[in-house]
Amino acid sequence: MRTAALALIALALAAPAAASEQRPTAAELESELVCPVCETTLDTSNAPVALRMKAYIRTRIAAGDTKSEIKAALVDQFGPAVLAEPPKKGFELIAWVLPLAGLALGIVVVGLLAWRWSHTRSAESAAADEPLDPALERRLDDELARFEP
Amino acid sequence: MTGRIRLVAQITAVAVVAALLGLLGWKLTQDGSEVTAQLDKGGSPTAPTFTLERLDGKGDLDLASLRGKAVVLNFWASWCGPCKDETPLLQKGWKRWQGKDVVFVGVDVKDFRGDAKDFLARYGVTYPNVYDGKGSTVGRYGVTGFPETYFVDAAGNVRYRIAGPVEDAAELDAGIERALAPA
Repeated sequence: MRTAALALIALALAAPAAASEQRPTAAELESELVCPVCETTLDTSNAPVALRMKAYIRTRIAAGDTKSEIKAALVDQFGPAVLAEPPKKGFELIAWVLPLAGLALGIVVVGLLAWRWSHTRSAESAAADEPLDPALERRLDDELARFEP
Repeated sequence: MTGRIRLVAQITAVAVVAALLGLLGWKLTQDGSEVTAQLDKGGSPTAPTFTLERLDGKGDLDLASLRGKAVVLNFWASWCGPCKDETPLLQKGWKRWQGKDVVFVGVDVKDFRGDAKDFLARYGVTYPNVYDGKGSTVGRYGVTGFPETYFVDAAGNVRYRIAGPVEDAAELDAGIERALAPA
C-alpha cells in the first residue's frame, strides 16, 4: 500500500516534467535561456538577437523538437552561456556544488560554536556549584558580619 | 584542541580573503589588457589571435597566419542593423584593396550560423568571414558594440579602431593606411 502511494506520487511528479520535455512551450524555454548580448533571460529581452532566438524557438517547437533538442541546438550556436541554469557537469558543476558546500560548512561551524558555547556554560555552572574552601567561606562570613547592624 | 581549530579557521579565513583579492587583481588586470583599453591609452597592442571556423566552409582561419599583411578585422552580426548598411562599403573596400598586402576578415559574433551565411550571400561578400557564435573574441578585443572594426598591421599589432559602422570609403582607407604605415 505504502509502495503504491509512493509510486503514485513519483508518477504525479514525473508526468509534468516528461510533458514539458516532449512538448515544451515557448514561454518556459524563454525563461530558461539567456540572450547572449544583454545576458538576461529571453522573456525579458527585446534585443534583436533575442527576438531572433524567440522566433527560432517557435519554429523548432512547431517542428516537434523536444526541449533538450532545442536547448542543445542553441548551445551549439551560442555556447553553454546561453543556458540560464549552468549544466550539472564539468566545470559548471561548481556553480551547483559551491553553494551547498558553503551551506554545509556554515552548519558545521555554527554546530561547533554552539557545542563549544554550551560546554563552556556547563563548566561555568559546575564551577559555581562547587563548595567554597572552608577558610575562604569563614573569611567571607566575617566580612559580611561587619556590615550587619 | 580548541586552539588548533581556531588556528585552522584563521588560516582558512586568510586563505579565502587572499584568494578573493587575487581574483579581483586578476580581473582588473584582464580588463586593462583588452585591445580597446590599450588603444585608448595610445598603445598599439598585439591583436589577440584566434582560430575560428570559416563561414564559406573552407576550414578554419588562423589570424596569426595573416602576419605580414594588414588586416581589417570587422566584428558584425546578421541581426545588427548598422552592419547591413556597412557591409556593402566593406565589400567595395575589399575590392579596392585586394592584392595590396591588405586582407579583410569578418568575425560574425553571437549569431546563428545559417543567418550569417544568408547575410553574406545577400550582400555578395567575398572576403573571408569566420563564425564566433560564443563571442570568444569579444572580451579579448574589448568590442563595445556591433559593428566594430580593428586595423591590424603586418606585425600583428592593432593600430586603429572604429566603433560603430565605418561611415565612408575615406574613413576606411584612413584606417588601412594607419595599419600600413611603418611603426
